[in-house]
Amino acid sequence: MKDISTSIPKMDADDKISGRALYVDDYPFDDLYHAKTLRSTKAKAKIKNIHIPELPDDYFVVDKFDVPHSNVVKMIFEDWPVFANDIVNYIGEPILLICGRDKTIIDSILNQIIVEYEDLEPTFHYVKSVIHKGFVKGDLNQAFQEAIHLIEYTYETGYQEQAYIEPQGFVAYLEDENKVTLIGSMQCPYYVKNAVIDTLGCKEDEVRVIQPAVGGAFGGKEEFPSVMACQLAVAVKKIKHPIKMIYEREEDMLVTTKRHPSKIILKASIDMLNHITGIKAHVSLDSGAYIGLSGVVLSRAMIAVTDAYTINHLDVTGDVYETNTVPNGAFRGFGAPQMIFAIEMFMNHIAKKLKVNPLQFRLEHLAHQGDLTSTSGVFRDPIIMKPMIEKAMEISGYQEKYQKNEQNNNFKGIGMSWFLHGCGFTGSGESKHIHAKVKLRKDEHDHIYLLVAAVDMGQGAKTSLSKIVAQTLELPMSDVSFDYPDTDFITDSGPTVASRTTMIVGGLLARAAQQMKDTWKPHEEMVVTMNYEQPDYIVWDEDTLRGDAYPAYSWGVNIVEVEVSPITYQVTIKNIWSVYDIGKAIDEKMALGQADGGISQGVAYGYLEVMEHKQGKIRQKNMTDYIIPTSVDMANTKTVIMDNPYALGPYGAKGIGELTLVGGAPAVALAIEQAIKREVHQIPATPEYIMELMNHDID
Amino acid sequence: MTLIKFKLNGIDCEIESDPSLRLLDVLRNHFKLTGPKEGCGEGECGACAVLLDGKIVNSCITPLANVHMKEVTTIEGYRETNKYQVLKEAMEFENGFQCGICTPGMMIAAESLLSKNPHPTEEEVRIGISGNLCRCTGYNMIVKAVLRASKKGEGIW
Repeated sequence: MKDISTSIPKMDADDKISGRALYVDDYPFDDLYHAKTLRSTKAKAKIKNIHIPELPDDYFVVDKFDVPHSNVVKMIFEDWPVFANDIVNYIGEPILLICGRDKTIIDSILNQIIVEYEDLEPTFHYVKSVIHKGFVKGDLNQAFQEAIHLIEYTYETGYQEQAYIEPQGFVAYLEDENKVTLIGSMQCPYYVKNAVIDTLGCKEDEVRVIQPAVGGAFGGKEEFPSVMACQLAVAVKKIKHPIKMIYEREEDMLVTTKRHPSKIILKASIDMLNHITGIKAHVSLDSGAYIGLSGVVLSRAMIAVTDAYTINHLDVTGDVYETNTVPNGAFRGFGAPQMIFAIEMFMNHIAKKLKVNPLQFRLEHLAHQGDLTSTSGVFRDPIIMKPMIEKAMEISGYQEKYQKNEQNNNFKGIGMSWFLHGCGFTGSGESKHIHAKVKLRKDEHDHIYLLVAAVDMGQGAKTSLSKIVAQTLELPMSDVSFDYPDTDFITDSGPTVASRTTMIVGGLLARAAQQMKDTWKPHEEMVVTMNYEQPDYIVWDEDTLRGDAYPAYSWGVNIVEVEVSPITYQVTIKNIWSVYDIGKAIDEKMALGQADGGISQGVAYGYLEVMEHKQGKIRQKNMTDYIIPTSVDMANTKTVIMDNPYALGPYGAKGIGELTLVGGAPAVALAIEQAIKREVHQIPATPEYIMELMNHDID
Repeated sequence: MTLIKFKLNGIDCEIESDPSLRLLDVLRNHFKLTGPKEGCGEGECGACAVLLDGKIVNSCITPLANVHMKEVTTIEGYRETNKYQVLKEAMEFENGFQCGICTPGMMIAAESLLSKNPHPTEEEVRIGISGNLCRCTGYNMIVKAVLRASKKGEGIW
């Protein structure tokens, strides 16, 4: 049998390259209405009155009074209104929709609406904690008491915008009097379906969700699409006419979820052998006006505290702070990029403070198989970080370049990050909340259909999941079909998030395919379903955050080489090298594609992508002022994937999507640090920040 | 209202319309050509790119008036050519696309580059497609695809 990693053409190549693939805005509909949103212009205020002009025929207002059942968008933490209640909590909060045939008339109606507000005092800082979490490992007090040194640093990270090229959008229509159908750009058809059922208070078979081609998501289309879908479902129920709501870029940037800004304080106790005995950590996340997924993002950030290292004593706390800003949410990495940046900088900063070799210092703390994780779970599977690090240093010439740059003031730097990423949902997410189920169907012509909710948003899920099934059944790819999910025909295999699609959904499909093969009845229709079962040895206590936070971990090494202009402090990325352990690549080229895209976003998070708000108003509102890398900004990449098959993954595969992002920022920040001979404590490390650092003397 | 005459994907067209309409809207709404996409609406991302007399323009910031008596080629027209076939095979081979939303525009950018410079260096490719944003691939596989097409399509550009 062929090695599964051997690349095959992607199933959607023809459609996407030729422009035939239909995204939500491309679906042909006759006589659509459009919807646009009236939004709060205040960061916090009481709505006293809304004056709506007389509406022309066939133009409608849709607001909270039209919501049949629940005016809260059902997601993990249910506090996010479908339409604003009496108090608006951020600039851009949706108050109502105007729907009708002509967009210019809708705009003119929106312009005539007057909202009377009574201003309330907004909060923009880390003061109002709405979620607090903590966990301990070992005995940190004792470690701190016995310490020779205590070293503390604070790290801060900014917003990051997903900047998918296709803005968010939905079309909704009634299939019959009671049934609402929604077509939209999303990662999680069942999140959308369940949220709409809850908002409408309707039966399960009265909502149908169809996924078209999705033009990029990166977490940005995890929970936010539920907000749009609920609004549009309410509108279509009221107006009974097909309605389309596609955001323009500016609206998308101002009101959709972003990566949480963070502040992370780390304090380490060091013994006489210059070894870290313990770390006290506190993570602050800015959730924006509503909590949404922020609590889960916080968990992932906190659990990543020791990164790829083993530290015996820990006291880790974290808070989600509510502010009067646009709600933050899922973004590839989900809390880990903030923490991995902080801990990687911290390890290097401690080494410098102790005047020891950073590489040696980090190697001495590297995690090994059998060690306890930060949450006192066990790293059960082999860890191959040592050979991965050696490989990365070999292909990049790291040691030589590092030494040379250390001795020169040439404004050149090379930085290396090590990292891990827990695959799948944190803690008991898979077993207690998601209950993933997959279905495989075979028709009487022996053609196979994958009936799962996994969304191909570019990562290649269509091809990779089909490939797993085809390979297991020993069938050609042409005998396997995987249409875009339509909740009327599939089962809920869970959301397309958390680096779980290949490992969890792919794993279930491999088992389903094996069962189909074992019971194969030629020329007969067959259906096989398979439910997720957590391995017995995975134990997790959600209250104390103790146990195995993840069933498996993927690992990585990034090395980034930069040059900084001594005049403008502009950073140029010269080269990028990566080595990953993703268990086993289901398709080598697709894995390399994930690697390239992930590191591009991760590195840009570290030095390029700036988003800020002023008194709650996001200042970057389009692609002109929110800068993402162009082909000229991105450097050449060289990526090596090292096999380390995971027993429970399909063909040994673990997660990949997020892993490739989380190490980018510390690698580039460490490279900049070496180039400018100053410590970097915040990202993005912009020319302005570098100038500030350069204006200070070296410690 | 003005009568605008132009050639669209090789066919002579006339449209009686507001000349200040965005070409993108005319293509998508009137001619039902949904290959060009709206990513940013301000000429920054290139997802809406089309060829205007063989050169790349962003149709979201091109008024309809600008195409009068000119030739517009969208991905729908371009995909009928041999050059497209070479470029498409290279994009497929190198996995030069992921979510696909930037891909039609990227193909137009590649064509615009190769028609001017059939043998670009890597740096020239990077500059040539730098007006088209892609958030998925980090560009390297697209760059490789254009270089591969330039080699495989020797003599056709």
